[in-house]
Amino acid sequence: MIQAVMVISTQAKPRLLKFYNFQPPEKHQDLVRSVFQLLSARPDSVSNFVEVDSIFGPGTKMVYKHLATLYFVFVFDSSENELAMLDLVQVFVETLDRCFKNVCELDIVFNFNKSHAMRLDDNSLEGEGPRTLVNHIKQDCRSSSRVTWSPTFRSCVSSCYDDSDVLLTSHSCLAPINLMQMHTILDEMILGGQVIETSSEEIMKSVEEIARLEKQSSTTSLIPKSISERFSR
Amino acid sequence: MEQLRTIGRELAMGSQGGWGQSKEFLDLVKSIGEARSKAEEDRIIARELEHLKRRLADPDVPRRKMKELLLRLVYAEMLGHDASFGHIHAVKMTHDESLPLKRTGYLAVALFLDERHDLVILVVNTIQKDLRSDNYLVVCAALTAACRLIGEEAIPAVLPQVVELLAHPKEAVRKKAVMALHRFYQRSPSSVSHLISNFRKRLCDNDPGVMGATLCPLYDLVLEEPNSYKDLVVSFVNILKQVAERRLPTSYDYHQMPAPFIQIKLLKILAVLGSGDKQASGHMYTVLGDIFRKGDTASNIGNAILYECICCISSIFPNPKMLEAAAETTSKFLKSDSHNLKYMGIDALGRLIKINPDIAEEHQLAVIDCLEDPDDTLKRKTFELLYKMTKSTNVEVIVDRMIEYMINITDHHYKTEIASRCVELAEQFAPSNQWFIQTMNKVFEHAGDLVNIRVAHNLMRLIAEGFGEEDEGADSQLRSSAVWKVSRLSFVLQFQLYCSILYVDSYLRIVGEPKLPSLFLQIICWVLGEYGTADGKYSASYIIGKLCDVAEAHLTDDTVKAYAISAILKIFAFEIALGRKIDMLPECQTLVDELSASHSTDLQQRAYELQALLGLDKHAVGSVMPADASCEDIEIDRNLSFLNNYVQQALENGAAPYIPESERSGVISVGSYRSQEQQETSAHTLRFEAYEMPKPSLALATSQTSMPTPTVDLVPVPQPGYYKEDHQTSRSQASGDALSGEFGVKLRLDGVQKKWGRPTYSSSTPSSSASSQQATNGGSHSDGGGSTTSSQTRESSYGSKRQQGTEVSAEKQRLAASLFGSAAAKADRKAQTSRKTAKESSSVEKVTVTNVAPQPVKEQVIPAAAPPDLLDLGDEPVSSRTPSADPFSQLEGLLGPASATPVTSETSATSISKAPDLMAIFSDDVPTGATSGSTDPILGDVNSMSSHKGATSVSAKKGPSLQDALQKDATARQVGVTPTGNNPNLFKDLLG
Repeated sequence: MIQAVMVISTQAKPRLLKFYNFQPPEKHQDLVRSVFQLLSARPDSVSNFVEVDSIFGPGTKMVYKHLATLYFVFVFDSSENELAMLDLVQVFVETLDRCFKNVCELDIVFNFNKSHAMRLDDNSLEGEGPRTLVNHIKQDCRSSSRVTWSPTFRSCVSSCYDDSDVLLTSHSCLAPINLMQMHTILDEMILGGQVIETSSEEIMKSVEEIARLEKQSSTTSLIPKSISERFSR
Repeated sequence: MEQLRTIGRELAMGSQGGWGQSKEFLDLVKSIGEARSKAEEDRIIARELEHLKRRLADPDVPRRKMKELLLRLVYAEMLGHDASFGHIHAVKMTHDESLPLKRTGYLAVALFLDERHDLVILVVNTIQKDLRSDNYLVVCAALTAACRLIGEEAIPAVLPQVVELLAHPKEAVRKKAVMALHRFYQRSPSSVSHLISNFRKRLCDNDPGVMGATLCPLYDLVLEEPNSYKDLVVSFVNILKQVAERRLPTSYDYHQMPAPFIQIKLLKILAVLGSGDKQASGHMYTVLGDIFRKGDTASNIGNAILYECICCISSIFPNPKMLEAAAETTSKFLKSDSHNLKYMGIDALGRLIKINPDIAEEHQLAVIDCLEDPDDTLKRKTFELLYKMTKSTNVEVIVDRMIEYMINITDHHYKTEIASRCVELAEQFAPSNQWFIQTMNKVFEHAGDLVNIRVAHNLMRLIAEGFGEEDEGADSQLRSSAVWKVSRLSFVLQFQLYCSILYVDSYLRIVGEPKLPSLFLQIICWVLGEYGTADGKYSASYIIGKLCDVAEAHLTDDTVKAYAISAILKIFAFEIALGRKIDMLPECQTLVDELSASHSTDLQQRAYELQALLGLDKHAVGSVMPADASCEDIEIDRNLSFLNNYVQQALENGAAPYIPESERSGVISVGSYRSQEQQETSAHTLRFEAYEMPKPSLALATSQTSMPTPTVDLVPVPQPGYYKEDHQTSRSQASGDALSGEFGVKLRLDGVQKKWGRPTYSSSTPSSSASSQQATNGGSHSDGGGSTTSSQTRESSYGSKRQQGTEVSAEKQRLAASLFGSAAAKADRKAQTSRKTAKESSSVEKVTVTNVAPQPVKEQVIPAAAPPDLLDLGDEPVSSRTPSADPFSQLEGLLGPASATPVTSETSATSISKAPDLMAIFSDDVPTGATSGSTDPILGDVNSMSSHKGATSVSAKKGPSLQDALQKDATARQVGVTPTGNNPNLFKDLLG
C-alpha cells in the first residue's frame, strides 16, 4: 500500500503531506527533513527509486520526481510496483496541471517538459528576449497569483526555466492556496493507501463534479441561512 | 444595508469558483514563501496561529470564512506548528450541513486526528449519519474519513452502512465502500471476516473500476491464505485476458496501455496463487505469454507490466518457455540506459536466479556496471543480488566489495544491514579461517558498534573452540587441532598487531574519540587475556601494560574496562599457575585501585577478584582459572542446592525466608558478569556444518563423518589400516620438511594442546611424536615467522589492489569472472560431486584418493574460466581464487618463510616425488604442485597444468596399472560419472 504522499520544495518546505498510516504531527517535520536530505543528496539522472527502510520502516520504498523546484514523493511498500508508482506520480502531476488554470510553479514546471522543444522564434513574441519575459513574469507574480498566460507565453517562460528567480518568485503562489483541491485530487486517486483511480481525465471529472455540486449547495444553503441568521439578530 | 452588502460580497466570492481565497491567506502564503530564514517563518506562523485562535473561537465569524481559517490551520500544521487548539473546530465543521464546509471539516479531521484520538468519538456519530445521506458526495467524504478514523472498536458502528453502500448506484461510492471494508479488514480481520464473500461478489461488478478496487482487498486475502482462493484462478486469468485484449472502455487506458494498474494487481495475485502449484500455473502460461508478446518496452507503464510478469513467472511453477521470455526481457532492462529499468532488471535477475542460477552469467558485465554506478539505490540493489548469489567460489570478492562499500557509507541503518550480511556470508561460506578472521576484523573495525553483540560472542567462542572442529571425524582430530592452533595463533598475532596500533594511537589522541569500536576492543581484550601469553612471544607484563592502556583510553566505557580487567586477571592467573613470578605494574595497580572504587559494582567485583587472586597459591589459582578453559562448559546449579543445608540452618535459627526478586522492589541485583557471559556464549550456537563446505554439499554434511578438505591434507593422517610400516618414516619425513615452520609454532602450545582439542583427543599416534621431534628442530626460527608472513600476505594483497586500479576494464572482466565464472562454478560443482563420491569411497576404501581426485579436475577447469587476456595481470586472477580452490596456499603463508616461496615448495615437491613412497605423492605432491602454479606469476596457469601433468607422469613411473586407474577415475569425474564406492577394479589397482 501507499504510505505517504509528499510534495516538498527544493528548499525543504513541505507543500503537501498526506500519510496513510497515521504519523503524529510532531514527526512530520522529521520525516520531511530526512526525505529531503536523501533526495537532495542524489545526483541528477539516476533512478527515481530510493529504499527508505531507515525512515519509514522495513521494506518501504520511495519514488520521486524532481520537477524544477518541487519533489513529488510517493512512499509505498512491497505490494506496489515501482514503475507503476512512478506513473502514478505522473498522473498526479498531470491532474494538478489540468486543474489549476492559474499560474503557479507547477504550471511552469509541468509545461516545461512539453514545451521545451518549442522554438522561441515561432511565437508571436518575436523580438522580446527571454530576459524581458522573466521580468514580466516577476511583475505578474508579485501583483497577483492569478495571471492567465497564453500558451506561447508559457512556453517562453519554460524555455528560460534556468532563471531560478522566476521559480523562486512563483514559488510563493503554489500549493497552500490550493491545499483543499490538491487533497481532493489525492483522495480521488488514493484511498486508504490503495490506488483507486489512475486516469487523470476521470479524476478531473469527479473533481469538477464536486466543485459544481459544492457551488450549488453553497449558493442554495448559504443565502437562506445567512439571511435568516442576520435577520434574526 | 450593510448586511446586504456583506451577503453580496459573499455571493460574489462563492461565484468566483469554489476555491476562492481571501487576500489574507494569499499574503500569508506569500510572506512565508519569501521568508528568508526559518526563524522568520516561525514568527509569521506564530502570529498567524494567534490570529487563528482568536478568530476560530469567535462565534460571529461567517461560516464561509471558517472554512478558510481551517485550511490555514491545516497549512500551519503542515509547516510543523502545533494546531491542536483547532481540532475541535474541525470536528464541529463536520457537523455542518453545507457540503463544502463538511468536506473541509472531514479533510481537516482526517489530517489532524487518528483513530486513537479522543475527539474521534465525536466524529463517528457524524460519519454514521452521513453514510446514510442522499448526497453521494457526502457519503464519499464520510467513507474517506472512515478509512482514516474508524478504529477497531468503532467498526461495528459503521459496518452495516458500509456494507449497504456496496450496492450503491454510484460506482464511485461502491469503490470507496470496498476500500473502506478493506481498511477495516486491515485494522481488524476478525471484525469483517463474515463479509469476505462480498469481495468475491464485487469482483463481478459491472464497473471495471470497482472490480479493480476489489483486487486490493483480494490481494491481501490471497496473501493470507492462498489455498482458499484457488478457485478464483480461472476468473483472474479471464479478467487479465480481457483487460489485455482491450475489452475495457478506453477511458481505462493509460498511455495506450489497457488498464495497467489492474493488470499489475492481477499479476501480483496470480503470482501468489500460482506459487508451487502446477495446476494453477498451467492456466496462466497462455495469458502471460500474450502479455509478453504485446509488451511495450517504450513506455514506463509497459515496462511496469513486463516487470510484474517476470515476478509472476519467477514465482509460479517454472515453465522453460516463460522463463526464456522473462530472461529476455530482463536482459532488455539491464541493457537499457534508464537507471530505473536497470534497477528493475537487477531486481528481476535476483528473482530469476533463484530458479536458474545460470541466467546471471550472461549479464555479468551489466551487473558490475551497476555495482560501480553512482546511483546508490542501484548499488544497494546490486549488493542484494550479489548477496543472493553468493557461493563459496565468489564469497571473497563479494564480501570484499561489501566491506569496501560499507566503509564508505554513513547511513547507519544500511551500514548495520550490510555488516550483518557480511558476517552472515562469511560464516556460511568462508573458504579459510584466515580469511574469515580477516573479514571479521575488518567488519568489527569499521562497523563494530553496529554489529550485534552476539556476533562478537560467536567469534570469541569460535576462537576458543576452533573452527569447524565438530565437522572433523575422530580420525582427523590430530591434524585439525594442529591446523586450528596455527590459525588461532595467527589470530592472536593479528590482534597484537591491532593492539600495537592502538598503542600508538593512544598517544596520538589523548583527547578525541576512540577509533576502534567498543565491541572490537572487547574481543581484543578477551583474546589477549585468553591467548596473549600462550605463544610466549610477548611477556605477560607487556600485555598487561597494553590492557591497562586500553582501559585507560576508554574511561567511559565500562564494558571495555570490564573486559580489560578480566583479561589482566586471566594473565595473572595463567602466570601464577605456571609458577612464574609476576610483578605488579604501577599502572596496573593504579587501574585496579581505580576500579575497586568504581561506581560500577561489576567493575568493583572484578578488581577485588583480581586482588584476591593475587594472594592465592599456584594450585588454587590453577583450579579457579584453568588455562584455556574458556570453551569448557560450566555447570550452573541454578537452585544453589549446595546451600540448602545452610539455608535450612538459618531458617531454623529464625532468619527471614527468601523473597524472590520479582516480589521485591528497589533491590539492586549484583549479578556475576562472568557467569552471565558464559551462559550467553553457550546459548548462542554456531552453524558449524556450514563452514568450509560449499553450498551444494551442505546436505551431505550430516551424512559425513569425516571431511577431508584440502587444507588438512598437509598434516599426515594416521590411517593405520592402509599404511605399511616402511612407509611411515619416509612419509613423516617428507611432511616434516614442509611442516617444520608450523610445528615450530606448535611446540610452545604443547602445554595447552589437550584443552583445545576434544576430550576424546589422543596425541599418542606415531606421526605426532615424529612431528614434535621435528618441532624441536624448527622451533628456533618460528617466533617471528608467523607474524611476518601474515603481514606479508596482507601487504601483497594491498599491492595487488593498487594494481587493479590501473586496468579498469580488465579488472571488471576479472571481477565478472570471479563473481560469475560459469566454468569455475561448474568445476566447483563437479569437484563437489567428485568429492562427495570420493568421500563415499573413502569410507569404504582409501582416504588418499579423496585428496587427489578433486584437485586435478579443479586445476584443469579454472584457467578456462579466466579470459585469456587476463594472464598478464600476473598472479591476480589466480590468487583471487586460490583460497577457495586451494586453501593449502593460505596455510603455507602461515608456515613461515621456509615454505612460502614457490621455489621451495616446488623443490620439496620434486624431492617428495622422487621418494619411493606412493602415498606421499598423493597426499603431498599434487597440492603443492598446484600451489606453485598459482603463486608463480610468470608461469600462470600453464604451469599448474604442467605440474598436474607432472604429477600424473610421476605416478606413471609407479606402474601402468596405477596410472590407468587414476585416469579412469579422473575422466570418470570429469564427465560427471560418479564411480560407486565399490568399484573393485579401481581400488584393486590402487592398492596394488
